[in-house]
Amino acid sequence: MLQAFGHLPFEWILFAVLAVAGFIAFYAGRMALAAAPVTGGEMGRLHSQPNYHGFFVVMCTIIPAALVFLGYWLIGDNFVRDQLAGELPARIVEGGQLQLSQYIDRLSDYATRRETILTGDALFDAASNRFAQLTGQVRLMTVFLALVVAGGGFHFGRRRINREFRARTFVERGINFLLFLCAAIAIFTTIGVVLSLVFETIRFFTIEGGPTVTGFLFGTDWNAQTGANFGMLPLFFGTLMIAMLAMCVAAPIGLFSAIYLSEYASPRVRTWVKPLLELLAGIPTVVYGFFAATIIAPLVRSGAQWVNALPLVPDNFLAAQPTSALAAGLVMGVMIVPFVSSLSDDVINAVPQTLRDGALAMGATKSETIKQIVMPAALPGVIAALLLAVSRAIGETMIVVMAAGGRALITPDPTSDLTTVTYQIVALLTGDTEFDSAKTISAFALGFVLFGVTLVFNLIALRVVQKYREKYD
Amino acid sequence: MTDAQPPKSTSPFGSEAAIARLKDRHAAERRFKLYGQLAIGIALSALFVLAYSIISNAAPAFTKHEIVFHLTLDAETVAPNGVEDTQATASNISGFYSLIQDDLRETFPEAATERQLRRELYALVTRLAVLDIARETAETPALIGTTKRFTAPLSDDLDLYLKGGITARRTLTVGQAGRLSVLESGLYSLSDSGPDGFPEFKAKIETDTAADSSVLIRLQDAWFRLEAHSGAMLTLTHLAGALPQLGEQQSAEISALVLFVAQANRAVSDRQIAWAILLQEKGRIRRKQNFDLLTKADSTYPELAGAAAAIVGSIFTMLITAFFAIPVGILAAVYLEEFAPKNRLTNMIEVNINNLAAVPSIIFGLLGAAVFLNFFGMPRSVPLVGGLVLGLLVLPTVIIASRAALKSVPPSIRTAALGLGASKTQAVFHHTLPLAAPGIMTGAIIAMARALGETAPLLLIGMVAFVNEVPTGPDQESTALPVLIYKWFSGAERAWEPMTSAVIVILLVFLILMNLVAVLVRRRFERRW
Amino acid sequence: MASATPLITPVVRAERTDNPIKIDCRNINVFYADNQAIHDISLLIPDRAVTAFIGPSGCGKSTFLRCLNRMNDTIDIARVDGKIMMDGADINDPAIDPVLLRSRVGMVFQKPNPFPKSIYDNVAYGARIHGLASGKSDLDRIIEKSLHRAGLWEEVKDRLAAPGTSLSGGQQQRLCIARAIAVNPEVILMDEPCSALDPIATARIEELIDELRERYCIVMVTHSMQQAARVSQRTAFFHLGKLIEVGDTETIFTNPTNQRTQDYITGRFG
Repeated sequence: MLQAFGHLPFEWILFAVLAVAGFIAFYAGRMALAAAPVTGGEMGRLHSQPNYHGFFVVMCTIIPAALVFLGYWLIGDNFVRDQLAGELPARIVEGGQLQLSQYIDRLSDYATRRETILTGDALFDAASNRFAQLTGQVRLMTVFLALVVAGGGFHFGRRRINREFRARTFVERGINFLLFLCAAIAIFTTIGVVLSLVFETIRFFTIEGGPTVTGFLFGTDWNAQTGANFGMLPLFFGTLMIAMLAMCVAAPIGLFSAIYLSEYASPRVRTWVKPLLELLAGIPTVVYGFFAATIIAPLVRSGAQWVNALPLVPDNFLAAQPTSALAAGLVMGVMIVPFVSSLSDDVINAVPQTLRDGALAMGATKSETIKQIVMPAALPGVIAALLLAVSRAIGETMIVVMAAGGRALITPDPTSDLTTVTYQIVALLTGDTEFDSAKTISAFALGFVLFGVTLVFNLIALRVVQKYREKYD
Repeated sequence: MTDAQPPKSTSPFGSEAAIARLKDRHAAERRFKLYGQLAIGIALSALFVLAYSIISNAAPAFTKHEIVFHLTLDAETVAPNGVEDTQATASNISGFYSLIQDDLRETFPEAATERQLRRELYALVTRLAVLDIARETAETPALIGTTKRFTAPLSDDLDLYLKGGITARRTLTVGQAGRLSVLESGLYSLSDSGPDGFPEFKAKIETDTAADSSVLIRLQDAWFRLEAHSGAMLTLTHLAGALPQLGEQQSAEISALVLFVAQANRAVSDRQIAWAILLQEKGRIRRKQNFDLLTKADSTYPELAGAAAAIVGSIFTMLITAFFAIPVGILAAVYLEEFAPKNRLTNMIEVNINNLAAVPSIIFGLLGAAVFLNFFGMPRSVPLVGGLVLGLLVLPTVIIASRAALKSVPPSIRTAALGLGASKTQAVFHHTLPLAAPGIMTGAIIAMARALGETAPLLLIGMVAFVNEVPTGPDQESTALPVLIYKWFSGAERAWEPMTSAVIVILLVFLILMNLVAVLVRRRFERRW
Repeated sequence: MASATPLITPVVRAERTDNPIKIDCRNINVFYADNQAIHDISLLIPDRAVTAFIGPSGCGKSTFLRCLNRMNDTIDIARVDGKIMMDGADINDPAIDPVLLRSRVGMVFQKPNPFPKSIYDNVAYGARIHGLASGKSDLDRIIEKSLHRAGLWEEVKDRLAAPGTSLSGGQQQRLCIARAIAVNPEVILMDEPCSALDPIATARIEELIDELRERYCIVMVTHSMQQAARVSQRTAFFHLGKLIEVGDTETIFTNPTNQRTQDYITGRFG
């Protein structure tokens, strides 16, 4: 019976228990209120609607039970594993931590798939049986404990109910706390990001075969896949090179589009062109990557070969690689155009109309007004938009993975294939990864640098934008 | 009254210099405007080039060529373990495939003699193509012993060739009549009456084709390859089809097919092309709509692969993302907009959310790998984890959009509700939130569309795994549409390229649908205050 | 001068009478998309005098003012019908370049709107774009003269490099007036120039307007009837996009012929 319990999809049981308990509690709360004697007060008026009393009891019942389940979810499985590891014969335990955990993974897999056929390996069969048994025990205990605390909470909640009881206040406080938790998830996410990056980065610098901090940041040799060379300067160079190429496309096109749309275009043109531009922003980056690799990269290559064939140009002047930084940069630029244009559009529109009127009324032409009055006024916001765009270009992954190539080079030639930080992270972490080799963990160190750099860009940009908004609000 | 002269008489506008200046200023104005138009033109043409190249690239993948077989499913071959063992029948690929091999050998007996030729012939259909009929036979054992019509997809490269890919080609006329005779084993000669055989044809061959192009010559039902064309005769080797009568060829005009890419440089041989043409003429190869793209799971063979597993995986992932990010995002927005006290903590949350919205998506992938996979020990490659990671990724977007929607509800509504004695919570949940709902939904849908197109985080949590079965739940190994695009893009065979474009079209259709819904919601329910 | 020049060719003026007509508006209609904002207004505006437009909010007085330097051109949906003759030329003629027109018809706005530049650059802006100064010293002279006329020179002469936005509201508005004067206009349009200012600053601006009247044709929209009475010589009363009554300020305020004018100036509505 215990084994059977170990096989069931436990999450559903938990939901069922919580749902039933909540349902009962709700009606019990309402009934308790109905049964409560009318005691003086303001002519016996209720402070709160009956439903709130119901919800109050639900809260008292469910929250403790949910906490118990949360506890199970966090530690239950590990508890079973530790217990089982203690019972397994020495020859498996001695195989090392990794092997042991893989063995238990297999057991767990086998047990949860509810296979009834014996594998023939007596130890394995027995162990998987034991695994299911232990899991069943722990789960049974969990449900039991949850029911006990739920019952306690239920009792507590129901006893507090009377006609003057301010159930609504409590329920609303509960709701308020729930809302706060939701908002705090954003903080938890950041904390999670920072902690995981920091821990793995520290591990990277202390692990065997890992580099020193300076060697990592300023080394010029990167070969993480086969060797153990972790000098990230070439990656940094490639990232900046491609981001710069992208900005060379995105900044002028995005800015001029924004200027034209906000200052010149008729409303009809705007209603058509703006969504079309935003369409560019809605296209997934993997599609851009495909476009860059299959259409643009060959064009760049033949262009480079054409240049090489020109008289006076030395042989192999341009690398003319099948994938190139230029192809990735150009397409990334197109991808960022709507980003720059919509941010700058906001910024330009925030410049008060009175400034424009002032200049126009003095006899400035429209372009003079824009160049001499509007753009200088919008400059901080435009710079912030460009910073955000650079941060986006630095963090962009799929385009460079598909179209930029993987060679860690430092060369000013944009037609050669450069690699980037994001490319390397993907290359190091796709496929089967073990979290205990310097190679894998180096991805986290790269991620840490990437996060840090983009964070600085974003914070500066967001701050400038905020200041700018305050100025013209 | 001299000082009554209007000031303009002293103003310099009348001077020629000012007029010239004005001309320059207007020219600058036109130039500036032109830059703007140019910028928009470039951006829009990039959009159109992108759309056009993807769609034209995808077009071949929406149809595919199939070979029709009539297979006699004799029990001995297809169910050697007996009819009852359905599992063995279903996985008896060699048995079923041998039926296909037999059929092909019968059709083209010229290939039966040599191993190398047989291999080439069998490559017309991949082994795994018989999986469908094997499963069907296992499920309905009554089929055993009957003759069944079965269509198998043609190998991907031949399929591409028949769609006009692989190599450029051209048809030439050799001559009106010729005389075929045997030179030595396998070598034939074709000559006409003159001392310099087929002069016009040879001249064309000399001028128009490269030395390594293949020239195939058709004589009745047979295909030959031109090996040499010196002197009075053309030297030919027999490639495929029934040999014609030796001697005078009077039946019809003799034609030749020039394939410009050298045989060594393409994945299909001259012989395979000849076989495919012959099969096509017999009506055994036909072109059909490629619904497999929507109904089949991934495969290592392009002709057998489909995006169904990725579509279902994407749907599961989106469901998880939506169930996580939308409620949490809305509640967080409600808190920040309506309840949050102005203090350092909420200020920090605000800065945090704005910053998180700009964090590169790949960082979320690292978070998923480190926290969900490594720390919590959740399984790799499952939509559950992918959905959570994408949920965290789009959460800031949902929050920001929901806050904007809440902000646009005028405070008078709140005040009115509060004035009637509603509590703050009641005012928010009964009045503000319903009024903001269209805006929130629009934002949520757009956030989901963004999540649907995300690739990098999913790569890092292993959703790039090879999945050849459609997943049945969010805890099954699975992949997603954008990841499938990346995977197929990395495939070596050329057939992957149109397939990849086709998946991109599918993905874009989903995205366009989502955005349309968002626009409709906005149009239908938007309220201006 | 070439006949194709897009200038408003000055006509030979008759000997100056007490109130020569500077601007002659005939049958002006203004539409915003399908809404008619101005209904068939004809109005004569004298030179070297202050003409005030009064009327309740939304009566079209600002819209009408913006017709006089074609600022309505900058609004996509606005359309202006009718003739506005200035020195004998119709300013709505497509051959007239609004850029030049506006250099002759300056404008001061409701809210002081100094450019985000230094005080010096603010005043120099118009002179620079129109190429009025032949050199640095010439420019300095124009700036000093304009600031003098706007009564701001003494207050800012030591900090010309300070940003225009660092001045107080009243100073900013006088800076905007100086900026308009620097281009050497003939007409100055003022759109409620004091509505964003405190009474003391308002008084200074009013004084200034009175001084400027000697040199320029000033048209001013105002919300305050007292202000109209204090500074203007002519007053036009607008209501619902129509010109109800126009005349010498004294007459309008003491003896209006129209009942609605009467009601408005006695505070019965508006």
